[in-house]
Amino acid sequence: MIPAGKLANRALVHAILAAASFASIFPFYWMVVGATNTSADVIRGKTSFGANLIANIENLLAQVDVGRVFLNSAGLAVVGTVLTLLISSMAGYGFEMFRSHVREKVFALLLLLLSIPFAALMVPLFVMVSSAGLANTFIAVLLPSLASIFIIFYFRQATKAFPSELRDAARIDGLKEWQIFLYVYMPSMRSTYAAATIIVFMLSWNNFLWPLIVLQTPEHKTITLVISALTSAYTPDFGVILVATILATLPTLILFFVLQRQFVAGMLGSVK
Amino acid sequence: MKDTPLARSKIARSEQVNGWLFVMPALALLGIFLVYPILWSLWISLQVGKGSNLHFGGFANIIRLFGDRVFLHALTNTCIFFVVQVPIMIVLALIFAVMLNDSKLWGRGFYRTAIFLPCVTSLVAYSALFRSMFEADGVVNNALLALHLIAEPIQWLTDPVWAKVMIILAITWRWTGYNMIFYLAALQNIDQSIYEAARIDGIPARARFLRLTVPLLKPVILFTSIISTIGTLQLFDEVNNITQGGPGDATLTLSLYIYNLTFQFMPSFGYSATVSYVIVAMVAVLSFLQFMVAREKS
Repeated sequence: MIPAGKLANRALVHAILAAASFASIFPFYWMVVGATNTSADVIRGKTSFGANLIANIENLLAQVDVGRVFLNSAGLAVVGTVLTLLISSMAGYGFEMFRSHVREKVFALLLLLLSIPFAALMVPLFVMVSSAGLANTFIAVLLPSLASIFIIFYFRQATKAFPSELRDAARIDGLKEWQIFLYVYMPSMRSTYAAATIIVFMLSWNNFLWPLIVLQTPEHKTITLVISALTSAYTPDFGVILVATILATLPTLILFFVLQRQFVAGMLGSVK
Repeated sequence: MKDTPLARSKIARSEQVNGWLFVMPALALLGIFLVYPILWSLWISLQVGKGSNLHFGGFANIIRLFGDRVFLHALTNTCIFFVVQVPIMIVLALIFAVMLNDSKLWGRGFYRTAIFLPCVTSLVAYSALFRSMFEADGVVNNALLALHLIAEPIQWLTDPVWAKVMIILAITWRWTGYNMIFYLAALQNIDQSIYEAARIDGIPARARFLRLTVPLLKPVILFTSIISTIGTLQLFDEVNNITQGGPGDATLTLSLYIYNLTFQFMPSFGYSATVSYVIVAMVAVLSFLQFMVAREKS
């Protein structure tokens, strides 16, 4: 028989975890329920499903070109992720596989620069981008994030586990250095790339402040910019907002459930 | 290839060239989009004037900081956010992690996934979500009233104190699970025999937590506190989308103030650069402090 004290203890653990789980999940439920209700019902805190979903969707479609917006967000996220991974993993590989005194110093400097907050960069970057005539372009959104110190660091750490015998063998086979990187290193680091893809894709899909500064015209808007604009309206229509919120959340939610293990590995990446 | 000095130096040179080729694209981009702007920002912070009409002002901008009530307000708010929010979140995350580290716990996978789930939302999306939940007659107040925790609805959006509480609740919701998985990963690396020994010695659970778990997890706790503090210092998306910094300036943060200075009002680049260096300085000092604390104790 389990002693009463232990039983009470176990009940307390479950009570706390159940409460935390409820608090964590409820907003997701609220998002779905709210999308089916009128704005007035959302404001009144109605927690049951309503019949306004179609009207909310129509209303959103009338206000914004949803297909365009979705494509903008997805395009930026996909292109940004591919280029960031390529450029940053190359650097991580280079720093680890070709060591030199100077590069070690450069790497140490990068770690110092890691803690520079974006808040300190937004003003100069905006001035640079506008004087280069790149204001309101997707390229301006992408450029500052393509070399990520965090991802470079992540790949350098992971490269420590890459057997240099593989590289030596490839050299004997006559492969050029870039071929070794492309055909030997990249395939053997699949799980590292998977985890990094998730981090970078999430950051890019959810990016807000920099696109807010750079992208001005409606045809350039991303999903986060649209949600923000809808929310800051004088009388926000919460039914419509919650439909847009579902659209913004669904891709990353699916990504999480499909690639749960890599997802968590990606988030943990930096401490390993 | 023969192992002659010439051949060796050829290999060394090719290693050098290749090493630079691999890191160059990243270094070039970082030079243009990180190093140059941060230095330019330092220079521009010494300039005064509006728009493109700038001239050298020395420390005028720094002096202006001390008399700028809005800035002081934003600074105070930012500090309140991280001083209150980071410890609450870290403690919650630790408790959840320790509870979930029990492999015999029923429903463990569900709890873990549920508590982690907020991390998949975008900051803007969850801000909009929270904005819709904290109306005066909204769902949160309804729940609190039904539980008899409050006698009358809380004015989350119009009361300066409760607006801050709302922001803190929102950030805690979004990031607790994120911190928790770091602790769970670290707990799995702890040798369970230490706990067995402590249990046999009759050390109670709370003492095991405080005397064993917390010290063993100290590096991770420190790491996550630094990350969270730096994140909170840069708080923008939430306040911009839940409260727009209001009511009044009650939830205005430094990042939002920089944004307003640059993009909402008549731009004064020099002064916004100065405010941004306040964040840089705070991030630097905090990272350094926490690093020293970690070193001293170990």
